[in-house]
Amino acid sequence: MGRCSLSLLALLLALGTLRGEARAEPLVADLSNHLIAITAGFTGADLLLFGATDGPGDVIALVRGPTGYSVVRRKDRLFGIWINNLSLDLDDVPNFYALAASRPLDQLLTGDMAEHYGIGLDHLGIRAAADSPPARVREMLDALTRIKIREGLFRPEAGKITFLGQRLFRVDFHFPSNVPTGSYLVEILLVRDGQIASAQTTPLIVSKIGVGADIFQFAHRHAAAYGVAAILIALLAGWMAHFAFRRV
Amino acid sequence: MQVYLPIAELSVNLFLLLGIGGGVGLLSGLFGIGGGFLMTPLLIFIGVPPAVAVATQANQVVASSVSGVLAHWSRDNVDFRMGLVLLAGGFAGSTVGVGLFSLLRHFGQVDLVINLFYVVFLGFIGIAMFAESARALWRRRRRGPVMRKLHEHTWVHGLPLKMRFRKSRLYISALVPAGIGFFVGILSAIMGVGGAFIMVPAMIYLVGMPTSVVVGTSLFQIIFVAANVTFLQAVQNQTVDLVLALALTVGGVIGAQIGGRLGARLPGEQMRFLLAALILAVAGALAYQLGVRPVDPYSAVWLAPEG
Repeated sequence: MGRCSLSLLALLLALGTLRGEARAEPLVADLSNHLIAITAGFTGADLLLFGATDGPGDVIALVRGPTGYSVVRRKDRLFGIWINNLSLDLDDVPNFYALAASRPLDQLLTGDMAEHYGIGLDHLGIRAAADSPPARVREMLDALTRIKIREGLFRPEAGKITFLGQRLFRVDFHFPSNVPTGSYLVEILLVRDGQIASAQTTPLIVSKIGVGADIFQFAHRHAAAYGVAAILIALLAGWMAHFAFRRV
Repeated sequence: MQVYLPIAELSVNLFLLLGIGGGVGLLSGLFGIGGGFLMTPLLIFIGVPPAVAVATQANQVVASSVSGVLAHWSRDNVDFRMGLVLLAGGFAGSTVGVGLFSLLRHFGQVDLVINLFYVVFLGFIGIAMFAESARALWRRRRRGPVMRKLHEHTWVHGLPLKMRFRKSRLYISALVPAGIGFFVGILSAIMGVGGAFIMVPAMIYLVGMPTSVVVGTSLFQIIFVAANVTFLQAVQNQTVDLVLALALTVGGVIGAQIGGRLGARLPGEQMRFLLAALILAVAGALAYQLGVRPVDPYSAVWLAPEG
């Protein structure tokens, strides 16, 4: 719902600029690259988000990964060993989330606004897939957030957007080596007097490129052929090893 | 040098993988074992998901068994007839095992079951080997070699479907090796190991097969069982990582050759004693992990929406 009204807002803004060609856009922003290519030697990537505003104001930027569902499990001690005992399915889980702002968030937004626009780890819009006691959902949601932070896929701290003068801004986003593939959405919000004055979204694709990607695709699309290929390669490797070392 | 593992979906240092492959290969050459039971826990330890570790390990076992069986074949130490009977059981067992693996994965219990299997079987084999080799060492020091009865009759010899195995100089029920093959096939699928550490003692003590033929024969059938596991894991779970398997194989064959040459110079009882200690150490470490409070009792998996 937050994102829906956001895109509506963007649409209205776009219509607004169409009608008044002369007026400068309140917010323009772009990424240094719209593709993160995961190649064989991928160790993470940094992207630069930059842009300009038409006057004073603060900027918030959100990076959201593809949403899917998560199964969170809790181990308990049973018969002296730790066993996965409880599990909960959560829906609408973004697989990556990072944000940056030009000032601390609590100075920019009220809690309701943060909730509405999905800003901050407490307002991701994750919900339980089936009816569950609220305490249990809370517990599993906290665990999920903690795990994602540990994996480097949720950023607990907002990055710092720096202004160069009054209108130009920039911020670097870091994507770790385990960054999930898929379509990401980067949202940039202009905040003035406690209100969202303007918004822009721009896509980001994280994709496997090269041999690694081909192998992954092959393994999933032609699983049987992949299995046979794996066996043949292993047979050949073992056979070659035998003859290579017999002659030594 | 970092290398990206496309199925495990993480970047690992290539030399770390070669080192693990080489180290486990060295031990396997030294002790005459496959070493899968060491490789799988090590892979899990460096961050490879257990499901990928197990399935990829099965693929690597294919390569190491091929080079092993060729060496034994050139010394005429493979009983193909026995191998085929073992294989019949092994095929059925590994198919059941991979199905079981998928089911456990669905219920989120696959890590636990892999760990439990390791603790139980390594613990059992380790204690048995430890006792046996300690006794042998002790005996050698006290007296000369002991005489063993050439042939003992047990309940095993009363079973139907008797077959003659000429190379093994045995006339026994085919149900026994087929049953052992089936059981080891299940282990092979769930633990990602060749299963020689169960099969070799079982064939020697339960079936009475000559030790010289056991290793080559079990390697022969392991090729096919591991190939079956590789195929089924690839089809049902998409968890076989070719890049990982290749890196481990390269390290493994080099290590195994060095280990084999070293091993030929060391006496048998002491080797088995050392191997037993190693197996018990791995089992102990895994048992400790099961019993100790985990750093984070929570875990999560993320799945893309269908389609």
